[in-house]
Amino acid sequence: MSVDLDSRPRLAPGCRMNEKTQQPRTLLMPERALRLNGPSLEIVERCDGKHTVRQIVAELQQLYSKAEPTKVEQDILGYLALLQKERALDFEPAGT
Amino acid sequence: MNEMPSNPLALIAELTHRCPLHCVYCSNPLELQDRNTELSFEDWSRVFQEAAALGVLQADFTGGEPLTRPDILDLIRAARAVGLYVNLITSGLPLDESRLDALVQAGLDHFQLSFQGAREEIAQEISGTKAHSQKLRVLEWLKRHRLAVTLNFVIHRRNIEQLPEMLALAESSSASRVEFANVQYYGWAFANRGSLLPTREQLTQSIDFLKKAQERLAGKIKVEYVVPDYYAKYPKPCMGGWGRKLMLITPNGDALPCHAARIIPGLTFENVKNHSLREIWECSDAFQKFRGEAWMQEPCKTCDRRALDFGGCRCQAFLLASDAAATDPVCSLAPQRSKVDAILNEINFAEAGTAAPSTAPIPAQHLTKPAWLYRPNPS
Repeated sequence: MSVDLDSRPRLAPGCRMNEKTQQPRTLLMPERALRLNGPSLEIVERCDGKHTVRQIVAELQQLYSKAEPTKVEQDILGYLALLQKERALDFEPAGT
Repeated sequence: MNEMPSNPLALIAELTHRCPLHCVYCSNPLELQDRNTELSFEDWSRVFQEAAALGVLQADFTGGEPLTRPDILDLIRAARAVGLYVNLITSGLPLDESRLDALVQAGLDHFQLSFQGAREEIAQEISGTKAHSQKLRVLEWLKRHRLAVTLNFVIHRRNIEQLPEMLALAESSSASRVEFANVQYYGWAFANRGSLLPTREQLTQSIDFLKKAQERLAGKIKVEYVVPDYYAKYPKPCMGGWGRKLMLITPNGDALPCHAARIIPGLTFENVKNHSLREIWECSDAFQKFRGEAWMQEPCKTCDRRALDFGGCRCQAFLLASDAAATDPVCSLAPQRSKVDAILNEINFAEAGTAAPSTAPIPAQHLTKPAWLYRPNPS
């Protein structure tokens, strides 16, 4: 599995964030719940079917400007691949 | 002194014990609760509020068949309203297309459809009902909705050869997950164990098949499987540890640490009508009994794995070793492991008087229809 930079990830059916009023922010999915904070929350909030992976990388590189940009990109791709393996994400292909 | 528990993450809501199916491995207790003892909508609604306040994230609506509750839509709305993620674990039987629409509208997050096999014949034998073709219809209806779908196949000696067909069924559906869960031997399944436990050869082949399926379908369908722990080297961390993650509420409101806990002598269970969920979780004797490590015997007491599997399953320890505080006898380190080995020998070397190698063909007696003990439908 590799993540296409021009695809647009969005949460798969049956995967959703808990309410904004509930802490900690958590990604709810079948038989699992992932606690999100810092970068993981920033990533998942952008998995809206509108941002491309490339855009998510660029925005987080800005947000975490003190970190090495290639490291930020690697971490994001790794995290998206993990969520894909959990079946928490669908990827709208590039150009659709 | 027991450690202070962290909060439970999931609430298993057994909404009813009524069910149109009579599955020979049903996880409900042998003594089923009648309809007139079931909690009202108001009771459940309060339980969901208390659960959310306690930190519970997910509610598993199960039964029996949860769709036999006429107020199922209100129950889903009530659980969603307090922020819970709602799973429905169903046979799909009391369902038509418009009722499915209504379930989704009510806020259902995850639909789990249980299967007894890949074909009508075996499904009917196991469930004592003609249900398979209805399930295939439900799969078609589900394709029109945006919600998580899991197919649950319960695996045993009589249907384990159908794994490829079961997987094909999952691949032709809208499921993002498929579970192949070998029967666990409690209650009805314990009574029918001799006809359900797969042979070692069957098990080895199935694990090989499922590992390949997992790799091939990675990112498309999440393939999960549970092996029968009689064949395992170490026990399962049952329920993630006693009183650590899960709370089960029976139809009449009794709060249990697991499905089978009622079989353990000497435990008393509090009812949600008399106590808050928090009180029960933190203080009740039943939830305290096997929490932490103070209750453990050797070899668990000093075992490096005690924080991984918590000594295994207390109910299984009682069923197989007649002592709920014993090391789970399925553990290869357990003093009582020989009892499990004797059960496996009966299955694998069933030819009278001969110790056939495990590669031998399945004994003929395993191919004829067993004398099943079917689970009845309570009134």
